[in-house]
Amino acid sequence: MNKDLILEMRSITKEFPGVKALDRVTFEVQRGEIHCLVGENGAGKSTLMKVLSGVYPFGSYDGEIVLNGEVQEFRHISDSEKKGIAIIYQELALFPELPVYENIFVGHEIMNGSVIDWNETKVRAAEVLKRVGLKIDPNTKIKNLGVGQRQLVEIAKALSKDVDLLILDEPTAALNEEDSQNLLALLRELKTQGVTSILISHKLKEIVAVADTITVLRDGTVVTSLDATERKIGEQEIIKHMVGREIENIYPTRDVTVGDVAFEVKNWSVTDRVSGREILHNVNLNVRRGEVVGLAGLMGAGRTELALSLFGNVPGYDISGGEMYLHGKRVEFKHPADAIEAGIAYVTEDRKANGLVLIQDVKFNISMPALEKLVHNMVINENEEITIANEYRESFDIRTPSVETVTGTLSGGNQQKTSLAKWLFAEPSLLILDEPTRGIDVGAKFEIYSLINRLVAQGISIIMISSELLEVLGMSDRIYIMSEGTITGEIDAKDATEENVMAMATKTVEEAV
Amino acid sequence: MKTEKVMGSRHEKEGLATEVASLLINNIRDYAMYVALAVIFLIFTIVTKGLFLSSRNLINLVNQTGYVAVLAIGMTLILIIKHIDLSIGFVAGFLGAVAAIMLMNGWNVWLVIPTVLICGILVGVYQGFLVTKIKVPAFVTTLAGMFMFRGLLSWVTAGTGTIIVRDRTFLQLSNGYVPDIPWHLWKPVAELFATQTERAPFHLLTMIVGVILVVVMIYSQIKHRQSLKRYDFKTTSLTIFVIKQVALSVLIMVISWIMASYRGIPWTAVIVTVVLLIYNFMLNKTRFGRHIYAIGGNAEAAELSGIKVNRVTFLVFSSMGLMAALAGMLYTSRLASATPTAGLGFELDAIASSYIGGVSVGGGVGRVTNTIIGALVIMSLTNGMNLLGVDISFQYVVKGAIFILAVAFDVTTRNKAKV
Repeated sequence: MNKDLILEMRSITKEFPGVKALDRVTFEVQRGEIHCLVGENGAGKSTLMKVLSGVYPFGSYDGEIVLNGEVQEFRHISDSEKKGIAIIYQELALFPELPVYENIFVGHEIMNGSVIDWNETKVRAAEVLKRVGLKIDPNTKIKNLGVGQRQLVEIAKALSKDVDLLILDEPTAALNEEDSQNLLALLRELKTQGVTSILISHKLKEIVAVADTITVLRDGTVVTSLDATERKIGEQEIIKHMVGREIENIYPTRDVTVGDVAFEVKNWSVTDRVSGREILHNVNLNVRRGEVVGLAGLMGAGRTELALSLFGNVPGYDISGGEMYLHGKRVEFKHPADAIEAGIAYVTEDRKANGLVLIQDVKFNISMPALEKLVHNMVINENEEITIANEYRESFDIRTPSVETVTGTLSGGNQQKTSLAKWLFAEPSLLILDEPTRGIDVGAKFEIYSLINRLVAQGISIIMISSELLEVLGMSDRIYIMSEGTITGEIDAKDATEENVMAMATKTVEEAV
Repeated sequence: MKTEKVMGSRHEKEGLATEVASLLINNIRDYAMYVALAVIFLIFTIVTKGLFLSSRNLINLVNQTGYVAVLAIGMTLILIIKHIDLSIGFVAGFLGAVAAIMLMNGWNVWLVIPTVLICGILVGVYQGFLVTKIKVPAFVTTLAGMFMFRGLLSWVTAGTGTIIVRDRTFLQLSNGYVPDIPWHLWKPVAELFATQTERAPFHLLTMIVGVILVVVMIYSQIKHRQSLKRYDFKTTSLTIFVIKQVALSVLIMVISWIMASYRGIPWTAVIVTVVLLIYNFMLNKTRFGRHIYAIGGNAEAAELSGIKVNRVTFLVFSSMGLMAALAGMLYTSRLASATPTAGLGFELDAIASSYIGGVSVGGGVGRVTNTIIGALVIMSLTNGMNLLGVDISFQYVVKGAIFILAVAFDVTTRNKAKV
């Protein structure tokens, strides 16, 4: 193959105190290709991209970066931006209160003398929005856009800077299937316009669909670089390189007899107090003892809102109708504390934002929701706390030096296990899992799935909210599909396919159009 | 767990130097505070030619620190849950004046003290209500409180000006000492060891308390060490442990001796110690304390974990009000009067003490025991500069500089710890 390299990173080594994050990594990107970078969490993908973009300045690493044949010494992000590199992070960096056109040109405003030329800004903004296929008014404020649209605005922002090399870090992590597909289509479209992309993703299906080259990192070294243009690379092959072993079945099998109905929601309707909009309409669902019920749907279908409104209604919605029954008895929760006491646990979708207290240690987090179990005569029994935390650490295989380690320093998968341990300490009979495997690597996912199986075997009922369709199909006994705040379908897992679930998830959307 | 054991034994082999170094690196924040306090003591002792370290002045320092320490303890909780209370200075000033007025009108002192404390709680309840139910930010709520209580203070003292307090019991709060064991009881024993004396050579009770403290401290430290070992947590080597215990024991005995050779233990020290013990227990051993740290660390996660954030916040503000009332009475007692400007800037001393004592500016972290050291830092500066006759305006500059240095140091060490 003809080698026209836009980027060459030669023998990059980057060390942090005590850890070699990158060890002589050599990474080559062809001009005009979509190059996917995969690896488990902590493999060094983000570190490599931070070296490239100048977040870790020249001198803090060994090796050299060659861009368009020239050796580069980036000392700041702005240096790499000037050379046509744009990086789009997982956490979007947009200003929610500002309109789209301002967001696109923030930091490189179009000037007319010493004032900003707003007219020109709007015209140019409309042009790049068209290029990314976003049909919105440039005057719209970011806060009124969905996650998928925001992602496109980010890309528009990058394009407005005349980018040659676009780096996307987990762009589809927060997107639903449809938006993800749009985004991938856009990457292909940009490829025809000569833009080279580096895509970091955990979603192997997307990688297989879009990649020209796949580079696999493991423990800070390049395992392999696969050319996907010559032959088709399968997911299994990538996984094998990522974990260094073969995981034959991503979803462990379980053998649990499902019991009676444990929890039921009837005609549940919820209105947002501020906007007066009805977020949930007439939701009916039930979970049986020992059953995993999947809750599928697109982003914004109202699944998290449903969980929050059931679990003590922290956002303060107006519950305009409906009832909840736990083991046949009608229940009402004014605060999560009531729900916890009744035996419900909710593992949040964003463990960093509202799941864990990251500055505190593992045992602090584990004991948090059911601290009263450790209190004798007003005093917390700290020895018992340590013992219990150690038990969870062992049975959940939470990899931490000690239960006195600060949770913020653990990897995503281990944080998620801590989050689960915390809720199991509260001894729930119903566990609501909201995106339980978001942002964690394949190995840790498998462990979480095995845990779920162990829990249902103990008779716990589980509602699993997930945007990963395959996960819902692979793990659930039964699946509810939500769209626009209402249940649009219920289907037994053995009858479910990606197609029929997706069809129901987009049902009212299509009807509305 | 095996690896930890290996590490532990390796530590012992590597020797003291490495262990001391790693202790210093890991606890740099705390040690820096003690070093700062020691340096301040040293400088003032040299510059005042020993006057600063005299028994008389040190007791004076304790009495001066009392009201700030009490306020700072309450403030520490507020700051941990990421709120602030700007009103406490004038709340203290106003409630101190209320106490003085009640006493002037012939109320019994044992009725005045609980009444004023309850008034303090009510002030806290009012501000806590605004913050938690009406959702007015604490900064605004308490800024308004600062205006109002300043006004109330000048209003109640308008007719009389300074209100003199004559009640002897009330004055004891900040000027009195715990009475000693009567001299005639231990005179015969003392004479076995020394030549005959007419007056007690030192305050016996103080020394006894000192010895008890040393025993209790060593006992609890040994117990703590044992429980750490039981769970295979990292412990310091035996040498370091012994050195630490000896050093602390010597320190306690020196302080006891200083107090014993003057007039014994001031009541203020007793009050502050009791408050400190209660708050320390509450923060570290009870659910309420855990909830405070959880809210400060991540309020949303705390709420979703079943912690009633509003209720805890409300209680923390009420406790702040209670502490303000206590501080107000201590201050009034100390001056033997209530003045129209009492309380000016107290909130700043309290906030500075908490931050110097290691409360994180990001919330979720802080200890009341360290806050007391912070209060000692601030008040030794005040005390020492007063001894030297430094102009008050310059004193503010110095205190502000030390404050910002402490916080800047704190922020940098925490940021480093993150990487």
